[in-house]
Amino acid sequence: MSGGHSKYVPVNGVMKWLDARLPLPRLVYDSFVAYPVPRNLNNWYTFGAILSMFLILQLVTGIVLAMHYVASTAEAFNSVESIMRDVNYGWLLRRLHANGASFFFFAVYIHIFRGMYYGSYKAPREVLWILGVFIFIVMMATAFMGYVLPWGQMSFWAATVITGLFTAIPLIGEPLQTWLLGGFSVGDPTLNRFFSLHYLLPFMLVGLVILHVWALHVVGQSNPTGVEVKDMKKETVPFTPYATIKDLFAVVLFFTLFAYFVFYLPDYLGHPDNYIKANPFVTPAKIVPEWYFLPFYAMLRAVDFDIIIPFTSIVLINAKLGGVIAMFGSLVVLLFLPWLDYGKTRSGNYRPMFRQFFWIFVIVTILLGYIGALPAEGINVLIAQILTAAYFAHFLIVLPLLSKYEKTKPVPLSIADAILESTARAKTGGTP
Amino acid sequence: MKFVKTVSSIAKTGLIVALSATILNLTGIAKAGEDVTPYYPLKKPKYSEWSFSGPFGKWDIGQLQRGLKIYTQSCAACHSLDLVPFRSLYELGYSEEQVKAFAAEYEVTDGPNAEGEMFERPATPADRFPNPYANSVEAALANNGAVPPDFSLLAKARAPKRGFPNFVFDVFTLYAENGPDYIYSLLTGYSEAPQGKELSEGTYYNPYFAGGSAPAMAPPLSDDLIDYDDGTPQTVDQYAKDISAFLMWTAEPVLVERKQLGFKVMLFLIIFAVLLYFTKRQVFASLKD
Ligand code: HEC
Ligand code: HEM
Repeated sequence: MSGGHSKYVPVNGVMKWLDARLPLPRLVYDSFVAYPVPRNLNNWYTFGAILSMFLILQLVTGIVLAMHYVASTAEAFNSVESIMRDVNYGWLLRRLHANGASFFFFAVYIHIFRGMYYGSYKAPREVLWILGVFIFIVMMATAFMGYVLPWGQMSFWAATVITGLFTAIPLIGEPLQTWLLGGFSVGDPTLNRFFSLHYLLPFMLVGLVILHVWALHVVGQSNPTGVEVKDMKKETVPFTPYATIKDLFAVVLFFTLFAYFVFYLPDYLGHPDNYIKANPFVTPAKIVPEWYFLPFYAMLRAVDFDIIIPFTSIVLINAKLGGVIAMFGSLVVLLFLPWLDYGKTRSGNYRPMFRQFFWIFVIVTILLGYIGALPAEGINVLIAQILTAAYFAHFLIVLPLLSKYEKTKPVPLSIADAILESTARAKTGGTP
Repeated sequence: MKFVKTVSSIAKTGLIVALSATILNLTGIAKAGEDVTPYYPLKKPKYSEWSFSGPFGKWDIGQLQRGLKIYTQSCAACHSLDLVPFRSLYELGYSEEQVKAFAAEYEVTDGPNAEGEMFERPATPADRFPNPYANSVEAALANNGAVPPDFSLLAKARAPKRGFPNFVFDVFTLYAENGPDYIYSLLTGYSEAPQGKELSEGTYYNPYFAGGSAPAMAPPLSDDLIDYDDGTPQTVDQYAKDISAFLMWTAEPVLVERKQLGFKVMLFLIIFAVLLYFTKRQVFASLKD
């Protein structure tokens, strides 16, 4: 929907001067003022704006925290506590940053599910989608390394468990792990490089987000009907004021929920063991990652069996490697979604079967998160295995089949048609 | 199409099975067998009333002062308080002279002096509570191999799992006193070991303990152990409450400030949201024709 001619008119001489030399004001104007958005967007489409705000929040609070933080195994825990106790409003900064990570993920999950429901990954938005998956993966890496920094028991043991996964790689596994850790176990070199990377990755995120938004502005936003904009005049509205005010409202509502946790339940989403200084000689009774990693952790632990070549006892993939493959595979499969679900109809609104499977998928993911928090014993392992199978089946079996066989409902001819129809329905008081 | 329907119903059945298995599992029905590793604490913490609970919670300064007294007269023999400087006692309503005098009762190591030697001197408000043991090895040796944990963050470092559905309700009831409830329950929870239960040397049966069934700490409180001068009952129950509140304060000294600021922030955000809502309606009204 870009490609149209820029309507930017500099308001004064300075802007005119700058625009002729570096058209930055024009870029901003075209991207966030005049940029046309479909007029039928619902509130699920505000999460992009919410996510941008959280990225900024993490950057600002993180940079100030880093001014007081000491990346050494002897000092890290106490330096974080001194942020909590002695730095002016340090407690607030840290609470914002720690809970901010959680709400960042909460928002990104909704954003991803929104994309899945409305088929936002389908042509011509494949690159946009893939950039999104990269953002998600980099976010996970960032959060994982950030969680190690306060050097509590969970920090240390999560780092130990997750970096231990690299030993699953045949032949080079062990040396690779030693190289990554900068030693034979998680220690000072590890903490220092994690801090360095934790500082770096968010800026790479900024870069990815810019690409993501660029790709968005090239192909234009999708919308709940899944029908592309045909008539710019009738079917779109300018970003400002329409999207701006809508996004701002959503951001403020989301921040209200966020503030509720920051001020009243600041430890609700955390693990109490992280208030105990890391101790390599004491393993916690249970090692659990932050809640936003739980579904993936569940898939990691679901594979507790070796995969052997049939009729022999030759182990092809041992349980550990199998778990790692399942965990990373669950992310990699997202990259291929545009080609796994190749049907023409975009929006779940017009795909009755898909819609059911979509909700099953959502529940499966939530249950995986649940199982991920429980000890991997007894029936839990079996449940995790069923759910993992369901997760992959959704992408590898269900979606391709649906693309081929599903009988979709007729989609509206245009967005304008859909809007007319829904207002007509609302007027006659019919059920939607 | 028929094929897809079959796949769909299989998927749904699978989901229902997994769902019910999860629920059974969560409610513990499926765990009837004895072979499962026991989950500590054996008993969930008892709920207590705390002055600092809820969105408008405040410290009970008298209670914190009593807690400090219990700490210094009893627990400090074994438990350190590494992160708390004497100067923070101003927050408990003590004057500068009182804090200075209080600190001066402790000796801390300083130095080196001009001769290159370390020396002992009375503590000042800038110092922290000195550690009862030189290091954790000494601490463990003196306590049957168990190191008495530091008290600075204990009230946040102990929070037994709430389980389903409690953790959902907690969001609405704002229950965040899991830590002090735990400490209170532990201190009042010593009892006779059940029949046939062997305790190892130097441990004391306590079903509220999160690290096993018997901590290596003898019941540290007894009635009339510490003299209160404000007429508060000198019972184990009262002592346990006071020290638990004190430990919440050491763990989260900004708790009250946090909640007060939170109220202002929430109020601002809600009013802002309402204004934005009407602005948004106004803006979008121009679209409807
Ligand atoms: C004689 C030394 C001693 C004294 C005095 C003492 N404790 Fe302890 N305490 C210990 C030891 C040892 C442990 C570790 C127990 C274990 O891990 O088995 C401990 C552990 C604890 C724990 C942590 C339990 C857990 O969940 O790990 C709490 C809470 C506690 N003590 C409270 C107190 C309070 C309150 C007082 C003062 C009223 C006190 N203690 C006095 C030795 C002592
Ligand atoms: C994508 C954005 C980011 C995410 C998801 C993120 C996530 C996290 C997480 C989960 C923690 C542990 C919180 C805790 O339990 O205390 C943390 C800590 C930390 N982060 Fe970040 N972070 C981000 C950006 C940044 C940036 C840009 C900086 C600064 C350069 C930064 C600096 C720090 C520091 C110094 C800590 C240790 C202090 C502490 O634990 O509170 N972070 N981060």
